[in-house]
Amino acid sequence: MRVVVDLARCQSYGQCVFAAPEVFELTGPEVLEYDSAPSDHLREQAERARAACPVQAITIGPAAGPTRDATAAPPRSAAIDTVGGQR
Amino acid sequence: MEVGVEHRLSPTSTAAGLPDDGHVVIVGASLAGLHGAEALREQGFAGQITLVGEEPHPPYDRPPLSKRVLAGRMSADDTGLPQREDFEAQWRLGTAAVSLDRAAKTVTLADGDVLGFDKLLIATGARARPWPKVHEAALGGVFSIRTRDDARALQARLATRPRRVLVIGAGFVGSEAASVCRELGLDVTVVERSPAPLVGALGGPAGSAAGRLQRRHGVDLRTNTSVRSLEGDGVGRLRRAALSDGDILDVDVAIVALGAVRNVEWLAGSALSVDGRGVRCDAYCRAVDSAGQPDDDVLVAGDIARWPHPLFDGELLAVEHWDNAVRQARVAAVTMLHGPVLQHTALPAFWSNQFGVNIKSVGVPARADQFAVVQGSVENSAFVAAYGQQGRVIGALAVNMPRALDAYATMITNRASFPPVARIPDAPDPIRVLDTALPPLGQAAPDAGRPQPDEQRAGARPSL
Ligand SMILES: Cc1cc2nc3c(=O)[nH]c(=O)nc-3n(C[C@H](O)[C@H](O)[C@H](O)COP(=O)(O)OP(=O)(O)OC[C@H]3O[C@@H](n4cnc5c(N)ncnc54)[C@H](O)[C@@H]3O)c2cc1C
Repeated sequence: MRVVVDLARCQSYGQCVFAAPEVFELTGPEVLEYDSAPSDHLREQAERARAACPVQAITIGPAAGPTRDATAAPPRSAAIDTVGGQR
Repeated sequence: MEVGVEHRLSPTSTAAGLPDDGHVVIVGASLAGLHGAEALREQGFAGQITLVGEEPHPPYDRPPLSKRVLAGRMSADDTGLPQREDFEAQWRLGTAAVSLDRAAKTVTLADGDVLGFDKLLIATGARARPWPKVHEAALGGVFSIRTRDDARALQARLATRPRRVLVIGAGFVGSEAASVCRELGLDVTVVERSPAPLVGALGGPAGSAAGRLQRRHGVDLRTNTSVRSLEGDGVGRLRRAALSDGDILDVDVAIVALGAVRNVEWLAGSALSVDGRGVRCDAYCRAVDSAGQPDDDVLVAGDIARWPHPLFDGELLAVEHWDNAVRQARVAAVTMLHGPVLQHTALPAFWSNQFGVNIKSVGVPARADQFAVVQGSVENSAFVAAYGQQGRVIGALAVNMPRALDAYATMITNRASFPPVARIPDAPDPIRVLDTALPPLGQAAPDAGRPQPDEQRAGARPSL
Protein backbone atom coordinates (compact mmCIF):
# COMPACT_ATOMS: atom_id res chain seq x y z
CA MET A 1 0.00 0.00 0.00
CA ARG A 2 1.24 3.48 -0.87
CA VAL A 3 -0.12 6.79 0.35
CA VAL A 4 0.41 10.22 -1.12
CA VAL A 5 -1.02 13.52 0.03
CA ASP A 6 -1.48 16.37 -2.40
CA LEU A 7 0.14 18.92 -0.11
CA ALA A 8 -0.70 21.77 -2.48
CA ARG A 9 -4.33 20.97 -1.76
CA CYS A 10 -3.89 20.01 1.94
CA GLN A 11 -4.93 22.75 4.34
CA SER A 12 -3.68 21.07 7.51
CA TYR A 13 -7.15 20.53 8.97
CA GLY A 14 -5.59 17.55 10.70
CA GLN A 15 -8.54 15.19 10.36
CA CYS A 16 -6.23 12.48 9.02
CA VAL A 17 -4.06 12.71 12.11
CA PHE A 18 -7.00 11.69 14.26
CA ALA A 19 -8.39 9.12 11.83
CA ALA A 20 -5.03 7.40 11.22
CA PRO A 21 -2.57 8.31 13.97
CA GLU A 22 -0.13 5.63 12.86
CA VAL A 23 0.08 7.04 9.34
CA PHE A 24 -0.24 10.82 9.62
CA GLU A 25 1.29 13.29 12.06
CA LEU A 26 1.56 17.02 12.50
CA THR A 27 5.21 17.84 13.16
CA GLY A 28 4.64 21.61 13.39
CA PRO A 29 1.55 23.74 13.93
CA GLU A 30 0.65 23.36 10.25
CA VAL A 31 3.18 20.81 9.01
CA LEU A 32 1.77 17.45 7.96
CA GLU A 33 4.01 14.44 7.53
CA TYR A 34 3.01 10.90 6.74
CA ASP A 35 4.21 7.38 6.21
CA SER A 36 3.94 6.82 2.48
CA ALA A 37 4.36 3.05 2.72
CA PRO A 38 2.38 1.93 5.78
CA SER A 39 2.00 -1.77 6.40
CA ASP A 40 -1.19 -3.41 5.24
CA HIS A 41 -2.75 -3.73 8.69
CA LEU A 42 -3.07 0.09 8.72
CA ARG A 43 -5.21 0.04 5.61
CA GLU A 44 -8.46 0.57 7.48
CA GLN A 45 -7.26 3.64 9.35
CA ALA A 46 -5.64 5.03 6.22
CA GLU A 47 -8.95 4.64 4.39
CA ARG A 48 -10.74 6.39 7.24
CA ALA A 49 -8.29 9.28 6.90
CA ARG A 50 -8.89 9.48 3.18
CA ALA A 51 -12.63 9.67 3.77
CA ALA A 52 -12.23 12.24 6.54
CA CYS A 53 -10.04 14.67 4.58
CA PRO A 54 -12.10 17.83 4.01
CA VAL A 55 -10.21 18.68 0.82
CA GLN A 56 -9.82 15.10 -0.50
CA ALA A 57 -6.06 15.37 -0.73
CA ILE A 58 -5.24 11.74 0.15
CA THR A 59 -4.66 9.00 -2.43
CA ILE A 60 -4.13 5.36 -1.47
CA GLY A 61 -3.33 2.51 -3.80
CA PRO A 62 -0.90 -0.25 -4.66
CA ALA A 63 2.65 0.86 -5.47
CA ALA A 64 2.87 2.15 -9.02
CA GLY A 65 4.90 0.16 -11.50
CA PRO A 66 4.99 -3.17 -13.28
CA THR A 67 3.03 -5.93 -11.59
CA ARG A 68 4.98 -8.92 -10.39
CA ASP A 69 3.85 -10.95 -13.43
CA ALA A 70 5.17 -8.32 -15.78
CA THR A 71 8.54 -8.02 -14.03
CA ALA A 72 9.06 -11.77 -13.90
CA ALA A 73 10.52 -12.31 -17.38
CA PRO A 74 8.18 -10.50 -19.77
CA PRO A 75 7.70 -12.77 -22.75
CA ARG A 76 9.88 -11.36 -25.47
CA SER A 77 7.27 -11.96 -28.16
CA ALA A 78 4.74 -9.91 -26.24
CA ALA A 79 7.26 -7.10 -25.92
CA ILE A 80 7.78 -7.13 -29.66
CA ASP A 81 4.05 -6.93 -30.27
CA THR A 82 4.05 -3.67 -28.40
CA VAL A 83 6.66 -1.96 -30.51
CA GLY A 84 5.70 -0.24 -33.69
CA GLY A 85 8.89 -0.98 -35.52
CA GLN A 86 12.07 -2.92 -35.07
CA ARG A 87 15.73 -2.25 -35.33
CA MET B 1 3.02 2.07 -37.23
CA GLU B 2 0.98 1.28 -40.33
CA VAL B 3 -1.53 -0.19 -37.95
CA GLY B 4 -1.72 3.15 -36.19
CA VAL B 5 -2.48 5.00 -39.42
CA GLU B 6 -5.24 2.56 -40.32
CA HIS B 7 -6.86 2.97 -36.97
CA ARG B 8 -6.71 6.72 -36.98
CA LEU B 9 -9.00 6.64 -39.99
CA SER B 10 -11.32 4.00 -38.60
CA PRO B 11 -14.76 4.81 -37.19
CA THR B 12 -13.68 3.73 -33.71
CA SER B 13 -11.30 6.68 -33.47
CA THR B 14 -12.08 9.34 -30.93
CA ALA B 15 -12.52 12.90 -32.11
CA ALA B 16 -8.88 13.50 -31.37
CA GLY B 17 -7.67 10.65 -33.55
CA LEU B 18 -6.78 8.20 -30.80
CA PRO B 19 -8.14 4.78 -31.74
CA ASP B 20 -9.80 2.78 -28.97
CA ASP B 21 -7.04 0.24 -29.35
CA GLY B 22 -4.36 2.81 -30.10
CA HIS B 23 -0.98 3.15 -28.47
CA VAL B 24 -0.02 5.98 -26.14
CA VAL B 25 3.66 6.30 -25.34
CA ILE B 26 4.62 8.31 -22.29
CA VAL B 27 8.27 9.27 -21.97
CA GLY B 28 9.23 10.07 -18.37
CA ALA B 29 7.83 7.64 -15.77
CA SER B 30 7.49 10.04 -12.88
CA LEU B 31 4.71 12.22 -11.48
CA ALA B 32 3.41 13.72 -14.72
CA GLY B 33 3.81 10.48 -16.66
CA LEU B 34 1.91 8.41 -14.12
CA HIS B 35 -0.92 10.91 -13.78
CA GLY B 36 -1.27 11.24 -17.53
CA ALA B 37 -1.57 7.47 -17.83
CA GLU B 38 -4.02 7.19 -14.95
CA ALA B 39 -6.20 9.95 -16.38
CA LEU B 40 -6.39 8.09 -19.70
CA ARG B 41 -7.64 4.99 -17.91
CA GLU B 42 -10.07 6.96 -15.75
CA GLN B 43 -11.56 8.37 -18.91
CA GLY B 44 -12.02 4.92 -20.33
CA PHE B 45 -9.08 4.55 -22.69
CA ALA B 46 -8.67 0.81 -23.20
CA GLY B 47 -5.77 0.82 -25.65
CA GLN B 48 -2.13 0.32 -24.86
CA ILE B 49 -0.06 2.65 -22.70
CA THR B 50 3.72 2.33 -22.55
CA LEU B 51 5.62 4.26 -19.88
CA VAL B 52 9.29 4.76 -20.68
CA GLY B 53 11.54 5.82 -17.81
CA GLU B 54 15.27 6.38 -17.69
CA GLU B 55 15.43 5.62 -13.98
CA PRO B 56 15.12 1.98 -12.98
CA HIS B 57 12.47 2.88 -10.39
CA PRO B 58 8.75 3.03 -10.93
CA PRO B 59 7.24 6.48 -10.28
CA TYR B 60 8.09 7.90 -6.88
CA ASP B 61 7.48 11.11 -5.01
CA ARG B 62 10.30 13.67 -4.94
CA PRO B 63 9.18 16.22 -2.33
CA PRO B 64 10.01 13.96 0.66
CA LEU B 65 13.57 13.52 -0.66
CA SER B 66 14.76 16.88 0.66
CA LYS B 67 12.62 16.61 3.81
CA ARG B 68 11.57 13.42 5.59
CA VAL B 69 13.89 11.08 3.67
CA LEU B 70 16.95 13.26 4.29
CA ALA B 71 16.06 13.46 7.95
CA GLY B 72 16.11 9.66 8.10
CA ARG B 73 12.45 9.42 9.08
CA MET B 74 11.43 7.67 5.88
CA SER B 75 13.32 5.34 3.59
CA ALA B 76 14.11 6.56 0.08
CA ASP B 77 12.71 3.22 -1.09
CA ASP B 78 9.31 3.97 0.45
CA THR B 79 8.65 6.99 -1.76
CA GLY B 80 6.85 5.02 -4.50
CA LEU B 81 3.63 6.65 -5.64
CA PRO B 82 0.31 4.84 -5.44
CA GLN B 83 -1.53 3.91 -8.59
CA ARG B 84 -5.15 3.07 -9.34
CA GLU B 85 -6.21 -0.38 -8.23
CA ASP B 86 -6.82 -1.72 -11.76
CA PHE B 87 -4.14 0.29 -13.57
CA GLU B 88 -2.67 -1.50 -16.57
CA ALA B 89 0.33 -0.40 -18.64
CA GLN B 90 3.57 -1.61 -20.22
CA TRP B 91 6.66 -0.37 -18.44
CA ARG B 92 10.05 0.23 -20.01
CA LEU B 93 12.03 1.26 -16.94
CA GLY B 94 15.77 1.82 -16.91
CA THR B 95 15.61 2.78 -20.60
CA ALA B 96 15.91 6.34 -21.87
CA ALA B 97 14.26 7.60 -25.01
CA VAL B 98 16.97 8.94 -27.30
CA SER B 99 15.02 10.48 -30.16
CA LEU B 100 11.62 11.42 -31.48
CA ASP B 101 10.58 11.22 -35.12
CA ARG B 102 7.27 13.06 -35.40
CA ALA B 103 6.75 12.30 -39.07
CA ALA B 104 7.09 8.55 -38.53
CA LYS B 105 5.46 8.83 -35.09
CA THR B 106 8.17 6.82 -33.39
CA VAL B 107 10.32 7.13 -30.31
CA THR B 108 13.68 5.38 -30.29
CA LEU B 109 14.98 3.97 -27.02
CA ALA B 110 18.56 3.68 -25.81
CA ASP B 111 18.46 -0.10 -26.30
CA GLY B 112 17.58 0.39 -29.96
CA ASP B 113 13.90 -0.47 -29.73
CA VAL B 114 11.55 1.75 -31.69
CA LEU B 115 8.08 2.44 -30.31
CA GLY B 116 5.35 3.58 -32.65
CA PHE B 117 2.69 5.78 -31.10
CA ASP B 118 -0.67 7.30 -31.85
CA LYS B 119 -0.18 9.87 -29.09
CA LEU B 120 2.98 10.76 -27.21
CA LEU B 121 3.29 12.48 -23.84
CA ILE B 122 6.62 14.21 -23.21
CA ALA B 123 7.14 14.19 -19.44
CA THR B 124 10.90 14.01 -19.01
CA GLY B 125 11.01 16.73 -16.36
CA ALA B 126 14.33 18.01 -15.17
CA ARG B 127 17.54 16.96 -13.45
CA ALA B 128 19.67 18.68 -10.84
CA ARG B 129 21.91 21.39 -12.22
CA PRO B 130 25.40 20.04 -11.54
CA TRP B 131 28.27 21.94 -9.95
CA PRO B 132 29.86 23.51 -13.05
CA LYS B 133 33.44 22.43 -12.41
CA VAL B 134 33.45 18.78 -13.36
CA HIS B 135 36.50 17.65 -11.38
CA GLU B 136 35.17 19.40 -8.25
CA ALA B 137 31.69 17.94 -8.75
CA ALA B 138 33.27 14.47 -8.85
CA LEU B 139 34.75 14.79 -5.33
CA GLY B 140 33.43 12.35 -2.73
CA GLY B 141 31.02 14.25 -0.50
CA VAL B 142 29.49 16.43 -3.23
CA PHE B 143 25.76 15.67 -3.60
CA SER B 144 22.63 16.83 -5.41
CA ILE B 145 19.03 16.02 -4.48
CA ARG B 146 16.83 15.07 -7.39
CA THR B 147 16.49 11.32 -7.43
CA ARG B 148 15.71 8.68 -4.89
CA ASP B 149 19.28 7.40 -5.22
CA ASP B 150 20.67 10.90 -4.56
CA ALA B 151 18.62 11.18 -1.38
CA ARG B 152 19.53 7.72 -0.14
CA ALA B 153 23.24 8.42 -0.56
CA LEU B 154 23.10 11.85 1.06
CA GLN B 155 20.99 10.63 3.97
CA ALA B 156 23.53 7.88 4.64
CA ARG B 157 26.35 10.43 4.60
CA LEU B 158 24.53 12.83 6.94
CA ALA B 159 23.95 9.93 9.32
CA THR B 160 27.73 9.63 9.75
CA ARG B 161 27.65 13.16 11.22
CA PRO B 162 29.95 15.24 9.03
CA ARG B 163 31.65 18.18 10.76
CA ARG B 164 30.02 20.79 8.57
CA VAL B 165 27.68 20.68 5.61
CA LEU B 166 27.87 23.29 2.89
CA VAL B 167 24.65 24.01 1.01
CA ILE B 168 25.23 25.80 -2.29
CA GLY B 169 22.09 27.73 -3.23
CA ALA B 170 19.20 28.79 -1.01
CA GLY B 171 16.21 27.98 -3.18
CA PHE B 172 13.58 25.60 -1.86
CA VAL B 173 15.62 22.41 -2.07
CA GLY B 174 18.72 24.02 -0.53
CA SER B 175 16.72 25.65 2.25
CA GLU B 176 14.91 22.41 3.05
CA ALA B 177 18.20 20.53 3.15
CA ALA B 178 19.64 23.15 5.52
CA SER B 179 16.57 22.77 7.71
CA VAL B 180 17.13 19.01 7.91
CA CYS B 181 20.81 19.52 8.80
CA ARG B 182 19.84 21.74 11.72
CA GLU B 183 17.17 19.27 12.78
CA LEU B 184 19.92 16.63 12.87
CA GLY B 185 22.09 18.98 14.90
CA LEU B 186 24.66 19.34 12.12
CA ASP B 187 26.56 22.57 11.49
CA VAL B 188 25.54 23.98 8.16
CA THR B 189 26.66 26.89 6.01
CA VAL B 190 24.31 28.07 3.28
CA VAL B 191 25.89 30.12 0.50
CA GLU B 192 23.54 32.15 -1.67
CA ARG B 193 24.46 34.61 -4.38
CA SER B 194 21.26 36.68 -3.93
CA PRO B 195 20.64 39.02 -0.99
CA ALA B 196 18.37 36.44 0.71
CA PRO B 197 17.09 32.85 0.45
CA LEU B 198 14.10 32.10 -1.81
CA VAL B 199 14.37 35.50 -3.47
CA GLY B 200 13.89 34.14 -6.97
CA ALA B 201 10.57 32.52 -6.08
CA LEU B 202 9.21 34.85 -3.41
CA GLY B 203 10.94 38.21 -3.79
CA GLY B 204 13.00 40.32 -1.41
CA PRO B 205 10.74 40.93 1.59
CA ALA B 206 9.70 37.29 2.03
CA GLY B 207 13.26 36.22 1.28
CA SER B 208 14.72 38.31 4.06
CA ALA B 209 12.13 36.91 6.47
CA ALA B 210 13.23 33.43 5.37
CA GLY B 211 16.83 34.46 6.01
CA ARG B 212 16.00 35.50 9.58
CA LEU B 213 14.25 32.18 10.08
CA GLN B 214 17.34 30.29 8.94
CA ARG B 215 19.66 32.26 11.20
CA ARG B 216 17.38 31.85 14.17
CA HIS B 217 17.72 28.11 13.63
CA GLY B 218 21.48 28.31 13.67
CA VAL B 219 22.21 28.27 9.95
CA ASP B 220 25.41 30.07 8.99
CA LEU B 221 23.78 31.92 6.09
CA ARG B 222 26.08 33.80 3.70
CA THR B 223 24.06 35.88 1.28
CA ASN B 224 25.53 37.93 -1.59
CA THR B 225 28.19 35.24 -1.55
CA SER B 226 29.24 32.47 -3.88
CA VAL B 227 31.43 29.39 -3.69
CA ARG B 228 34.65 29.93 -5.63
CA SER B 229 35.97 26.40 -5.49
CA LEU B 230 35.69 23.03 -3.83
CA GLU B 231 38.94 21.37 -2.80
CA GLY B 232 39.64 17.70 -2.29
CA ASP B 233 42.19 15.76 -0.26
CA GLY B 234 44.70 13.34 -1.78
CA VAL B 235 42.10 10.62 -2.27
CA GLY B 236 39.39 12.68 -3.92
CA ARG B 237 37.24 13.53 -0.92
CA LEU B 238 35.88 17.02 -0.36
CA ARG B 239 37.85 18.87 2.34
CA ARG B 240 37.44 22.60 1.89
CA ALA B 241 35.40 25.23 0.12
CA ALA B 242 36.63 28.70 -0.81
CA LEU B 243 33.97 31.41 -0.69
CA SER B 244 33.82 34.77 -2.45
CA ASP B 245 33.83 36.50 0.97
CA GLY B 246 37.38 35.24 1.43
CA ASP B 247 36.56 32.48 3.90
CA ILE B 248 37.88 28.97 3.51
CA LEU B 249 35.53 26.47 5.15
CA ASP B 250 36.44 22.99 6.30
CA VAL B 251 33.58 20.89 4.98
CA ASP B 252 33.13 17.18 4.25
CA VAL B 253 29.76 17.43 2.55
CA ALA B 254 28.48 19.89 -0.06
CA ILE B 255 24.91 19.86 -1.30
CA VAL B 256 24.65 21.46 -4.74
CA ALA B 257 21.18 23.04 -4.91
CA LEU B 258 21.44 25.27 -7.95
CA GLY B 259 18.07 24.47 -9.49
CA ALA B 260 17.25 22.17 -12.35
CA VAL B 261 18.09 21.58 -16.01
CA ARG B 262 15.29 20.41 -18.33
CA ASN B 263 15.71 16.97 -19.89
CA VAL B 264 15.27 18.13 -23.49
CA GLU B 265 18.33 16.66 -25.21
CA TRP B 266 16.47 13.65 -26.64
CA LEU B 267 14.18 16.05 -28.54
CA ALA B 268 17.02 17.66 -30.50
CA GLY B 269 15.90 16.31 -33.91
CA SER B 270 12.17 16.68 -33.32
CA ALA B 271 11.67 20.13 -34.91
CA LEU B 272 9.68 21.11 -31.83
CA SER B 273 10.08 24.44 -30.12
CA VAL B 274 12.59 23.30 -27.50
CA ASP B 275 15.37 25.02 -25.62
CA GLY B 276 16.98 25.03 -22.19
CA ARG B 277 13.80 26.49 -20.72
CA GLY B 278 11.75 23.47 -21.76
CA VAL B 279 9.33 22.38 -24.48
CA ARG B 280 6.79 24.92 -25.61
CA CYS B 281 3.19 23.79 -25.70
CA ASP B 282 -0.22 25.44 -25.94
CA ALA B 283 -2.81 25.63 -23.19
CA TYR B 284 -4.16 22.22 -24.33
CA CYS B 285 -0.67 20.78 -23.72
CA ARG B 286 0.00 20.21 -27.43
CA ALA B 287 3.68 20.58 -28.28
CA VAL B 288 4.36 23.53 -30.55
CA ASP B 289 6.69 22.95 -33.48
CA SER B 290 9.47 25.24 -34.56
CA ALA B 291 7.05 26.98 -36.95
CA GLY B 292 4.68 27.70 -34.05
CA GLN B 293 2.05 25.09 -34.98
CA PRO B 294 0.64 22.70 -32.35
CA ASP B 295 1.12 18.97 -32.98
CA ASP B 296 -2.15 17.18 -32.07
CA ASP B 297 -0.33 13.94 -31.36
CA VAL B 298 2.51 15.16 -29.16
CA LEU B 299 1.61 16.42 -25.70
CA VAL B 300 3.76 17.92 -22.96
CA ALA B 301 3.32 18.09 -19.17
CA GLY B 302 5.15 18.74 -15.93
CA ASP B 303 8.49 20.36 -15.19
CA ILE B 304 9.54 20.25 -18.83
CA ALA B 305 6.57 22.24 -20.19
CA ARG B 306 6.24 25.96 -20.93
CA TRP B 307 2.85 27.23 -21.89
CA PRO B 308 0.87 30.44 -22.16
CA HIS B 309 -1.35 30.75 -19.08
CA PRO B 310 -4.46 32.72 -20.05
CA LEU B 311 -4.30 34.68 -16.78
CA PHE B 312 -0.80 35.92 -17.45
CA ASP B 313 -1.35 37.38 -20.89
CA GLY B 314 0.25 34.81 -23.11
CA GLU B 315 3.65 34.93 -21.46
CA LEU B 316 5.07 31.43 -21.23
CA LEU B 317 5.03 29.92 -17.75
CA ALA B 318 7.24 27.06 -16.63
CA VAL B 319 6.21 25.68 -13.27
CA GLU B 320 8.42 23.21 -11.44
CA HIS B 321 5.90 22.12 -8.84
CA TRP B 322 4.15 18.90 -7.93
CA ASP B 323 0.62 20.21 -8.40
CA ASN B 324 1.32 21.46 -11.90
CA ALA B 325 2.75 18.13 -13.05
CA VAL B 326 -0.41 16.35 -11.93
CA ARG B 327 -2.90 18.79 -13.39
CA GLN B 328 -1.14 19.47 -16.64
CA ALA B 329 -0.77 15.74 -17.32
CA ARG B 330 -4.50 15.31 -16.74
CA VAL B 331 -5.29 18.03 -19.26
CA ALA B 332 -2.90 16.37 -21.73
CA ALA B 333 -4.88 13.13 -21.36
CA VAL B 334 -8.13 14.96 -22.14
CA THR B 335 -6.58 16.47 -25.26
CA MET B 336 -5.38 13.03 -26.40
CA LEU B 337 -8.88 11.64 -26.11
CA HIS B 338 -11.09 14.57 -27.05
CA GLY B 339 -8.95 17.10 -28.87
CA PRO B 340 -8.40 20.71 -27.76
CA VAL B 341 -11.43 21.17 -25.51
CA LEU B 342 -9.94 21.78 -22.06
CA GLN B 343 -7.27 24.36 -21.27
CA HIS B 344 -4.71 24.01 -18.51
CA THR B 345 -5.59 27.10 -16.53
CA ALA B 346 -4.85 25.91 -12.98
CA LEU B 347 -3.01 28.50 -10.94
CA PRO B 348 0.54 27.51 -10.07
CA ALA B 349 0.62 26.33 -6.46
CA PHE B 350 3.29 24.87 -4.24
CA TRP B 351 4.21 24.11 -0.69
CA SER B 352 7.40 23.72 1.27
CA ASN B 353 8.05 22.67 4.83
CA GLN B 354 11.22 23.98 6.43
CA PHE B 355 12.38 25.03 9.88
CA GLY B 356 9.07 23.82 11.29
CA VAL B 357 6.89 26.13 9.20
CA ASN B 358 4.45 25.39 6.42
CA ILE B 359 4.88 27.59 3.37
CA LYS B 360 2.28 27.64 0.62
CA SER B 361 1.95 29.80 -2.40
CA VAL B 362 -0.46 30.31 -5.25
CA GLY B 363 -0.15 32.32 -8.46
CA VAL B 364 3.19 33.69 -9.62
CA PRO B 365 4.88 35.66 -6.83
CA ALA B 366 8.09 35.54 -8.88
CA ARG B 367 6.62 37.96 -11.43
CA ALA B 368 5.28 40.49 -8.95
CA ASP B 369 6.76 43.89 -8.32
CA GLN B 370 4.85 44.61 -5.10
CA PHE B 371 4.37 42.75 -1.84
CA ALA B 372 2.16 43.37 1.17
CA VAL B 373 1.43 41.41 4.32
CA VAL B 374 -2.36 41.29 4.35
CA GLN B 375 -3.15 38.95 7.24
CA GLY B 376 -1.40 37.95 10.43
CA SER B 377 2.11 39.03 11.26
CA VAL B 378 5.60 38.03 10.26
CA GLU B 379 6.74 38.26 13.90
CA ASN B 380 4.20 35.62 14.94
CA SER B 381 5.24 33.27 12.14
CA ALA B 382 1.74 33.22 10.73
CA PHE B 383 0.88 35.51 7.88
CA VAL B 384 -0.45 35.86 4.38
CA ALA B 385 1.23 38.15 1.86
CA ALA B 386 -0.28 39.24 -1.43
CA TYR B 387 1.81 39.91 -4.52
CA GLY B 388 0.90 42.61 -7.02
CA GLN B 389 1.83 43.52 -10.54
CA GLN B 390 0.44 46.59 -12.28
CA GLY B 391 -2.21 47.03 -9.62
CA ARG B 392 -3.46 43.46 -9.80
CA VAL B 393 -3.13 40.55 -7.37
CA ILE B 394 -1.06 37.89 -9.13
CA GLY B 395 0.19 35.76 -6.26
CA ALA B 396 -0.08 35.00 -2.57
CA LEU B 397 2.08 33.39 0.08
CA ALA B 398 0.80 31.81 3.29
CA VAL B 399 3.16 30.97 6.12
CA ASN B 400 1.52 28.70 8.69
CA MET B 401 -1.87 29.89 7.44
CA PRO B 402 -2.75 27.33 4.76
CA ARG B 403 -6.50 27.72 5.12
CA ALA B 404 -6.39 31.42 4.21
CA LEU B 405 -5.00 30.85 0.74
CA ASP B 406 -8.12 29.86 -1.22
CA ALA B 407 -9.56 33.35 -0.92
CA TYR B 408 -6.45 34.78 -2.56
CA ALA B 409 -6.53 32.21 -5.34
CA THR B 410 -9.99 33.51 -6.15
CA MET B 411 -8.70 37.09 -6.17
CA ILE B 412 -5.94 36.13 -8.60
CA THR B 413 -8.42 34.43 -10.92
CA ASN B 414 -10.73 37.45 -10.74
CA ARG B 415 -7.86 39.87 -11.37
CA ALA B 416 -8.66 41.67 -8.12
CA SER B 417 -6.89 44.96 -7.50
CA PHE B 418 -3.73 45.15 -5.41
CA PRO B 419 -3.40 45.62 -2.51
CA PRO B 420 -6.49 43.60 -1.67
CA VAL B 421 -8.84 44.92 1.00
CA ALA B 422 -10.64 42.65 3.40
CA ARG B 423 -12.31 43.62 6.63
CA ILE B 424 -10.90 40.92 8.83
CA PRO B 425 -9.59 41.18 12.37
CA ASP B 426 -6.07 40.02 11.61
CA ALA B 427 -5.36 42.44 8.75
CA PRO B 428 -2.51 44.87 9.51
CA ASP B 429 -3.64 48.48 9.61
CA PRO B 430 -2.43 50.13 7.52
CA ILE B 431 -1.33 47.60 4.93
CA ARG B 432 2.22 48.44 3.88
CA VAL B 433 3.14 47.89 0.26
CA LEU B 434 6.79 47.00 -0.37
CA ASP B 435 8.83 46.63 -3.51
CA THR B 436 9.65 42.96 -4.15
CA ALA B 437 13.07 43.95 -5.44
CA LEU B 438 14.11 45.42 -2.10
CA PRO B 439 15.31 43.10 0.61
CA PRO B 440 14.08 44.40 3.95
CA LEU B 441 10.78 44.12 5.75
CA GLY B 442 11.85 46.99 7.93
CA GLN B 443 13.17 45.06 10.90
CA ALA B 444 16.83 44.82 11.66
CA ALA B 445 18.04 41.50 10.37
CA PRO B 446 21.24 40.27 11.95
CA ASP B 447 23.46 41.29 9.09
CA ALA B 448 26.58 39.48 10.12
CA GLY B 449 26.30 36.07 8.55
CA ARG B 450 27.00 34.18 11.76
CA PRO B 451 24.27 32.96 14.06
CA GLN B 452 24.23 34.42 17.56
CA PRO B 453 25.07 31.86 20.24
CA ASP B 454 21.52 31.80 21.62
CA GLU B 455 20.21 31.21 18.12
CA GLN B 456 22.11 27.99 17.74
CA ARG B 457 19.54 25.83 19.49
CA ALA B 458 18.10 23.50 16.93
CA GLY B 459 14.68 23.33 18.50
CA ALA B 460 14.07 27.07 18.72
CA ARG B 461 10.47 28.04 18.07
CA PRO B 462 9.91 28.51 14.38
CA SER B 463 9.11 31.98 13.25
CA LEU B 464 9.51 33.92 10.07
C1 LIG C 1 14.10 17.36 -3.75
C2 LIG C 1 12.82 17.91 -4.35
C3 LIG C 1 11.85 18.45 -3.51
C4 LIG C 1 10.67 18.96 -4.04
N1 LIG C 1 9.74 19.49 -3.19
C5 LIG C 1 8.60 20.02 -3.69
C6 LIG C 1 7.65 20.61 -2.82
O1 LIG C 1 7.81 20.65 -1.60
N2 LIG C 1 6.53 21.14 -3.38
C7 LIG C 1 6.30 21.12 -4.73
O2 LIG C 1 5.27 21.63 -5.18
N3 LIG C 1 7.19 20.55 -5.57
C8 LIG C 1 8.33 20.01 -5.08
N4 LIG C 1 9.25 19.44 -5.94
C9 LIG C 1 8.98 19.47 -7.40
C10 LIG C 1 8.26 18.23 -7.93
O3 LIG C 1 8.81 17.07 -7.41
C11 LIG C 1 8.35 18.24 -9.45
O4 LIG C 1 7.62 19.35 -9.89
C12 LIG C 1 7.83 16.97 -10.09
O5 LIG C 1 8.62 15.87 -9.75
C13 LIG C 1 7.73 17.11 -11.60
O6 LIG C 1 7.31 15.92 -12.17
P1 LIG C 1 7.62 15.53 -13.68
O7 LIG C 1 7.00 14.20 -13.85
O8 LIG C 1 7.26 16.64 -14.57
O9 LIG C 1 9.20 15.45 -13.79
P2 LIG C 1 10.28 14.61 -13.00
O10 LIG C 1 9.79 14.25 -11.65
O11 LIG C 1 11.56 15.36 -13.14
O12 LIG C 1 10.39 13.25 -13.81
C14 LIG C 1 10.93 13.14 -15.09
C15 LIG C 1 11.33 11.70 -15.29
O13 LIG C 1 11.71 11.52 -16.65
C16 LIG C 1 12.85 10.72 -16.71
N5 LIG C 1 13.56 10.99 -17.96
C17 LIG C 1 14.33 12.05 -18.27
N6 LIG C 1 14.80 11.97 -19.53
C18 LIG C 1 14.31 10.82 -20.04
C19 LIG C 1 14.42 10.17 -21.30
N7 LIG C 1 15.12 10.72 -22.30
N8 LIG C 1 13.79 9.00 -21.48
C20 LIG C 1 13.05 8.45 -20.47
N9 LIG C 1 12.92 9.02 -19.26
C21 LIG C 1 13.52 10.19 -19.05
C22 LIG C 1 13.64 11.11 -15.50
O14 LIG C 1 14.55 10.10 -15.16
C23 LIG C 1 12.54 11.30 -14.46
O15 LIG C 1 12.27 10.13 -13.76
C24 LIG C 1 10.44 18.93 -5.44
C25 LIG C 1 11.43 18.38 -6.29
C26 LIG C 1 12.60 17.88 -5.75
C27 LIG C 1 13.64 17.29 -6.68
